Amino acid sequence: MKKGRVWKYGDSVNTDVIFPGKYTYTPMEPEEMASHALEDLDPDFASKVQSNDVIVAGKNFGCGSSREQAASCLKYAGIQAVIAKSFARIFFRNAINQGLPVIVSEKAPDQIKDQEKVGLDFEKNEIITESENIRFHPLPDSVKRILDAGGLIPYTKKKLKVKGER
Amino acid sequence: MGKTFSEKVLSAKSGRDISAGDIVTVSPDYVLSHDNSAAIIKKFRLFGKEKVQNPDKIVIVLDHVTPASSEKYAQNHKEIREFIKEQGIPHFFDINNGICHQVFAEQGFALPGNLVVGADSHTTSYGSLGAFSAGIGRTEAASVWATDEIWLKVPETIQVKLSGKFQTRVYPKDVILKIIGDQGADRANYKAIEFTGPAASEFSASSRFVLCNMGAEMGAKNSYFPPDQSIIDHLKKLTGQSIDPVYSDEGASFESVFSYDLSEIEPQVACPHTVDHVKPVQEVEGLTFNQGLIGTCTNGRLQDLRAAASVLKGKKVHPSVRVLVVPASRNEYLKALSQGIIKVLIEAGCVILNPGCGPCLGAHQGVLAPGERALSTANRNFKGRMGSRDSEIYLASPATVAASSIEGKICDPRKLL
Repeated sequence: MKKGRVWKYGDSVNTDVIFPGKYTYTPMEPEEMASHALEDLDPDFASKVQSNDVIVAGKNFGCGSSREQAASCLKYAGIQAVIAKSFARIFFRNAINQGLPVIVSEKAPDQIKDQEKVGLDFEKNEIITESENIRFHPLPDSVKRILDAGGLIPYTKKKLKVKGER
Repeated sequence: MGKTFSEKVLSAKSGRDISAGDIVTVSPDYVLSHDNSAAIIKKFRLFGKEKVQNPDKIVIVLDHVTPASSEKYAQNHKEIREFIKEQGIPHFFDINNGICHQVFAEQGFALPGNLVVGADSHTTSYGSLGAFSAGIGRTEAASVWATDEIWLKVPETIQVKLSGKFQTRVYPKDVILKIIGDQGADRANYKAIEFTGPAASEFSASSRFVLCNMGAEMGAKNSYFPPDQSIIDHLKKLTGQSIDPVYSDEGASFESVFSYDLSEIEPQVACPHTVDHVKPVQEVEGLTFNQGLIGTCTNGRLQDLRAAASVLKGKKVHPSVRVLVVPASRNEYLKALSQGIIKVLIEAGCVILNPGCGPCLGAHQGVLAPGERALSTANRNFKGRMGSRDSEIYLASPATVAASSIEGKICDPRKLL
């Protein structure tokens, strides 16, 4: 299990601060998208984030626009998972579809400290912090299958192939 | 036990007897996208299919950055037009039509009982005409193009009962801002909102649109007004088809029920940087601002432009303010033109922009400089949305923006009566 540093934020982190609207209709390579991640909330994030780091936030993470880059820019920045008290529904779907794990936990965001190192155990459904292990509810099976396949594109490609062979 | 509107539509579409909380796989009637179609095309290619599954279900409207403001945007538009030809997609609306949500409704795609998904968060708008419509992401839109299927969780429903009559110069925008302010920006997350009650049935299609559009700002999956006879007649005339509305059953189970008396609502303003940071206009009166915006998919229809013009008629925009007007569509623009409304707005000193998203999302046509403040009729006031991250956006009704633009500072539109 890989541990990563925690980037901790508050409630209602919206899609405009995660990935500004002015970039949304400009095609970008993953690296460039990652360089704008959280630009209007935490200008230091993109230059300092490391692979396997984890975002921990309050309620309604990802509210606002349907822009998928809000999920993909975090994934391209190396974020291992986002843990929040709750997620806005389109962001939640986008994250799953991009293969970015999202964990809903009422307790973890209050317990976990900024810059603390945490690990994630998706077999036991636990967040491993420096002081304790916090359990979380697993995703519904049908949703987990998309995440496990690496996102909606690999998942659907597999499904289309199976249908074609029938 | 009775079922809600959302449970009934998703039961019919999935062919199963389902309830809130179930996950269903359904084939939508339409999938909407806009300038982001260029990105969706790239995703679609990754599925390894040559042709979309059902071109007749794809609706594409160019509206976000129209006409193209840079070579990159122009290239996007070009790729979309080429894809339309290649795939034989019949429902394509180029830059001369207006904002996707308004155009989608005008073209008769938003019908009672229809299931619509759209690659835009304000897809919730079509509940104003009795459809089930929800926003999705780009990869999902590409997946619907490729497979003609999507999974959806059946939402619980929050019922909002509206009664009473608005005071003069208080509008649907004010009541929806009040509701969002009271209930919070995540109150309806994953849920449906059903607007009902004696006042709801008197709402025009345009008024219904304002509330359903802004449902997205409460996190709603879909918003809905039960279609009444005038809506049904309008849609019959528009489509030449018979209309079969879907209503919640008596005894349907609601997650919660809220009631609002319209006569008690005052003009409201959403303050930076969240849509639920709402105050009565009196509490922010006197605040100066640099740019007014009247229009967008939330408030750019004839009745909104008329409300603004009724305030601005014979008056002048304050010299320290610039006011941009964006009609929601070519049709609404033409109606406003023929009624002399556009002339009033231009004479008052407003700048009329072409129908489209305009400056709402900060991509072009009037972005804000650091330290500037906007008063807008749009639906979102997030930090940096209209330009600099050091600018501010306040949201209000067209009448409040119009009255404040005369004064050069935020004011109660009832004062200028």
